[in-house]
Amino acid sequence: MAEWTEEITHIAGTDLAIVKGGKGKPLLILHEELGHPGWMSYHQELAKDRTLIIPIQPGYGKSPRVEQIRNVHELGLFYNWVLNEMNLAPIDVIGFSIGGWTAAEMATANSKIFRKMMLVAPSGIKPAEGEILDIFAVTIGTQLNATVHDAAAAPEFRKLYGGERTPEQFEAFEEARTESARIAWDPILHNPSLPYFLQGVRGLPTHIVWGREDATVPVTAADSYQVALKNTDVKLTIFDHCGHRPEIEKSAEFVKLVREFLA
Amino acid sequence: MILMYFTERPYRDVPEDEVIKNRGFFGVPNRFFDREVGARLYNEYLDEMVYAEDVGFDAIMLNEHHGTPFCMGAVMNVEASILARITKRARIVLLGNPLPTFKNPLRIAEELATIDCISHGRLVPGWVRGAGSEQIFNQANPAYNRERFEEAHDLILAAWTRPGPFRWEGKHFNYRYVNPWVTPFQKPHPPIMIPGVLSPETVVWCAQHRYPYLGLGTALSATAELWNIYGDTAAKEGYVAGSENFGYLQHVFVAETEEKAQELGKAHLFGGGQGAFSRPEHTLPPGYNSKEATKRLARTMTAGSGGFLGVSAEQLGRAKSNEDQPANLQAVADSTRRRLARGEATIDEAKAAIYKSYQKAQDGLQIITGTPKTVIPKLRRILEVLRPGTFGVFQSQGPVSFEDRMTSIRLLGQEVLPAVREIGKELGIQDPFERQPGSRPYTTGTQRDQLVSLDALRANA
Repeated sequence: MAEWTEEITHIAGTDLAIVKGGKGKPLLILHEELGHPGWMSYHQELAKDRTLIIPIQPGYGKSPRVEQIRNVHELGLFYNWVLNEMNLAPIDVIGFSIGGWTAAEMATANSKIFRKMMLVAPSGIKPAEGEILDIFAVTIGTQLNATVHDAAAAPEFRKLYGGERTPEQFEAFEEARTESARIAWDPILHNPSLPYFLQGVRGLPTHIVWGREDATVPVTAADSYQVALKNTDVKLTIFDHCGHRPEIEKSAEFVKLVREFLA
Repeated sequence: MILMYFTERPYRDVPEDEVIKNRGFFGVPNRFFDREVGARLYNEYLDEMVYAEDVGFDAIMLNEHHGTPFCMGAVMNVEASILARITKRARIVLLGNPLPTFKNPLRIAEELATIDCISHGRLVPGWVRGAGSEQIFNQANPAYNRERFEEAHDLILAAWTRPGPFRWEGKHFNYRYVNPWVTPFQKPHPPIMIPGVLSPETVVWCAQHRYPYLGLGTALSATAELWNIYGDTAAKEGYVAGSENFGYLQHVFVAETEEKAQELGKAHLFGGGQGAFSRPEHTLPPGYNSKEATKRLARTMTAGSGGFLGVSAEQLGRAKSNEDQPANLQAVADSTRRRLARGEATIDEAKAAIYKSYQKAQDGLQIITGTPKTVIPKLRRILEVLRPGTFGVFQSQGPVSFEDRMTSIRLLGQEVLPAVREIGKELGIQDPFERQPGSRPYTTGTQRDQLVSLDALRANA
């Protein structure tokens, strides 16, 4: 198993917990709305030749809430500041779900902050057809179950959430849900201005990844992202028989795709 | 004592099966609303309020919920405005306006000042955070619930008491000119009362503001515990809390015969009763609870309660064994709905499970129903334990006819209220209009009031 650490750094005017592991060129990972899931097999694989840098979003886990971050756009501005202060730009990035939306917001503010950008089933744009699941009006169980297409075929998913629930886990999830509600309650998990500003992104190779059966953010939003990112080089990969978390449901294929794209 | 009449103004013709299966709020689609029924019920409720005043109630209370057949009072200030004109004497108690859900609290300050003027100073406004469902209905961010509550409260009080025009630049609300032309009839502002369902944070906030706290039919022992917390906070704030600082709302239904009362009183459990109020995911959206409340909730969900992805066999077993415990209307409604959803029970079995808790709910004083003669001793027990300066009577929900509701009001006025007043005198209970809440200074060594009687509570156990 690759080594990883979690350290708290004072940066961008706050204390930020950052999980780091692996070796090689840095790769920024922006976690999804339920937080950093722990060191999964895709982390382990990618860490073989990349140094993974996973900031724990303010308001989650050991990173205190930053009141001035009031929406996902401002969260993007915050992370741009973090990258500048750490001298990490330009850096490769993978953003999952709301983390993908955050990466997209970062790129609208400064395309040069990233070398390559991979967005995995990002929320942030209202899909042309269907609706983004209102994760704030369902139970945690419903929210989790909606993230995978076939839980039985995703052993890592059962490993993560199938056991007995501890008070600490419950609290951590409630805190995560609270923070994502705080910044993405209204409009429901999207920014109506994002498609307009994404047109300003230039010279940033982007790969959009989706599961065809995504029940959290409908796959139709992939087209909207592609259209909005028309002024930069953008590719789309859709996994069949896959929900909102290709990194867990199609782990091997996902890792292969990342390696090819970031090569 | 202030004796208060309350009806939640339910839409009584909603199919019960729908409520059992889906709960209130967005669970039940509004295609079941019939305008003729709605029009009739609104007018009946106004008549009930006027009649309650006629038979001797000191106050009439309204509440507010959105998008649910449980309560047609979606905009309570509209009903209160009518009552301000058609009643003459009773205080109009609003428990309460859900402050965090309002985009423009200054307008609420204006509406309430209007009601206070039309009623010549009979308004008692109250504030609530609003159930989680209200945040969802009104698109109000639950993560800012308490912040918005507190800022809207401060703004409204400022609008009423601070000479305008002035600028308001807060975190959630901004105004160029705060200068409402109409300010309240009562000076410096109408007396405020806060209802609650056992959030300690709210109790402490009330005590800090010297606002009376009214328990909405909450369990007696838990209520007693919180009132002592209020008393401790009051002492820290430098005043003595007494019965004037507390209120309690109780389900009561009275009929001319015990048989009829028992039959009609069942309507308190219509659709699952208060346990069917809302789905858990709507009651507690993320951020609605404080960190401390989430911690408390997490501890009640101990290991063995199942994983995130389903309910364990152990939990199911526990739900079944609950049937032999004292009435927990929430647990009954929850397990009933789960069993229905899994196809493990028919709708008739679900109803049977709900109404099976009727006697237990009466034994535990969650529901008091009977003739005046049988309900008075039960009310005495509650007054002895909690000593509330304000006591509200919660009219039956469900399919009870207008005539039967009016009979209950008449019997309450003729026979129950005079007896309750006597009990109040005997127990030395003072209300917030006899003795201003927070008006008695506390310094070290000052004798504090006994806020609740634990002996009486034990006698009830």
